Amino acid sequence: MSETLIRLENVSKTYGSGAEPAVRNLTLEVQKGEVLVLVGPSGCGKSTTLRLINRLIEPTSGRIYLDGEDVTDGDPSELRRKIGYVIQQVGLFPHRTIAENIATVPKLLGWDKAKIEARIDEMLELVSMDPETYRDRYPKELSGGQAQRIGVARALAADPDVLLMDEPFGAIDPITRDRLQNEFLRLQQELKKTIVFVTHDIDEAIKMGNRIAILREGSEIAQLDTPEAILAHPADEFVESFLGSGAILKGLTLKKVRDIELHQVPTLSSPVMREQALETLRASDDQVALFLDANDKPTRWIDERALNRTSQPIEKSGRPVTVDLQPEDTLQDALTVMLQSSVGMAVVTDRKGKYLGCCTIESLAKLIMSDG
Amino acid sequence: MDFLFSLIDFALARQVQVLEGLAQHTGYVVTVLVSAGLFAILTGVVTRRSQLAKELALSIASVFLTIPSLALFVVFIPLVGLGFAPSFIALFLYSLLPILRNTITGLDGIDPGVLESAKGMGFSPVQVLLKVELPLAWPIILAGIRVSSMLVVGIAAIATLVAGGGLGDFIKSGLARLPLPNSLESIWLGTLLCLVLALVIDLILQALRVATISKGIR
Repeated sequence: MSETLIRLENVSKTYGSGAEPAVRNLTLEVQKGEVLVLVGPSGCGKSTTLRLINRLIEPTSGRIYLDGEDVTDGDPSELRRKIGYVIQQVGLFPHRTIAENIATVPKLLGWDKAKIEARIDEMLELVSMDPETYRDRYPKELSGGQAQRIGVARALAADPDVLLMDEPFGAIDPITRDRLQNEFLRLQQELKKTIVFVTHDIDEAIKMGNRIAILREGSEIAQLDTPEAILAHPADEFVESFLGSGAILKGLTLKKVRDIELHQVPTLSSPVMREQALETLRASDDQVALFLDANDKPTRWIDERALNRTSQPIEKSGRPVTVDLQPEDTLQDALTVMLQSSVGMAVVTDRKGKYLGCCTIESLAKLIMSDG
Repeated sequence: MDFLFSLIDFALARQVQVLEGLAQHTGYVVTVLVSAGLFAILTGVVTRRSQLAKELALSIASVFLTIPSLALFVVFIPLVGLGFAPSFIALFLYSLLPILRNTITGLDGIDPGVLESAKGMGFSPVQVLLKVELPLAWPIILAGIRVSSMLVVGIAAIATLVAGGGLGDFIKSGLARLPLPNSLESIWLGTLLCLVLALVIDLILQALRVATISKGIR
């Protein structure tokens, strides 16, 4: 069963007297091994909330528990060494090599040299960077994406149970960001850290979070639930407007092609008897058939006109199948392929390219309706 | 050409005084740079969190630089007498501003993200200062020390007027005997030695720069 690792209890933070609190009486629990995303408009207090956990900001009132232990008082530096911290600006030490940067917390904790050295290589490999190449480089020699990988490696070096991430991929170009997000999800599957992740980007929140807390001003929780539940049942107007008009489309990123019922179109394979093929096509509801090669790999869409054009061999007529989907692709990918396809359908194959069925707009619509 | 030979003759005939003058002059440079360096860096560190304190410290240090050097050497005589002490105090006050200014600039210029991550990883405040802030500000602080070192080499020549010795002795005695024989040689000797000393000190500081600044921020 789930177990609470971080607990904020009635925590408030007020700057100066009489000012509106940045965080007002917040109670929040983070379960062991989950990625909890704090998302909200700028100024809602999400970063402040995150920084309350490692006490970079001291709460005005309330208690903070880590693994059942009250950590509101006591040495904040010691607490922070137990918690990984990744920020948007990365903040690598420019005067230290990559290896020294990664060794920061292990050194603070007094690990012995051999253990630290081994850990540096392990961490570099974990974030897919070659230790030989990068150990002795300096941060200025890295690209933004590489720097943030090192930022993550540095935060994980002392193997903390908890990782706090403040818009870690916010300053990175969209293509690299997407890759880092995917790598990070893969890493998390392996490591099962307890992560609190701050972002202002609802799409990132949906992608990264096991649960999402949508915050409004004063760090008040507007809704806290799984991404699926929030998209399907936004709690109020604020959440709805924050999700934006594309909530249904966003929900498609959470579902896979394997979740929907595949549609079977008529298939043809070599050698094709034109008469027979025409009959099959007319008998079905579909306007097109798929031509499969000797390995059952779909290669071309064949319609009646293509069948009637006897000047060309069947394998060369019709339109080519350019993109195919696999069951683990998201329905958003499927929608894109369908919209681009000449026949309004997307072909689904298994990993080896063998034909499984087709994805249609109708089947997609049916799934969305059934979610209601 | 004749003057050059007579300058060399003049110097060779006074090897002891030359060495003594160089030693005293170098003594000023070293003692002043070390003490003023430490004091200015400490002041920069202590005031770094407060804009007001920074401005105040800079204003005070600027005032010292605007006082005519001759006057600054003399005003402390009633308090500390003649010789090394009033000269040291004057040079100390003169060299504060470049080092203090650069310490403040260097500390201000550190990427806030670096400080945030240092704190966030569990550096104590003292560790943040010693392992992150000062190393990152050091190239700029050292540049300030270089400016001060040049300043001190030049102005230390005035120490002779308050019986503080140094290479200024040659210049003063030459001026006093102008246009008697060897007076010009004396002035030139003092000036050239100051120049050579300045160059050597600059080379040493350059070497210190290479030795103490990480490749990552050079």
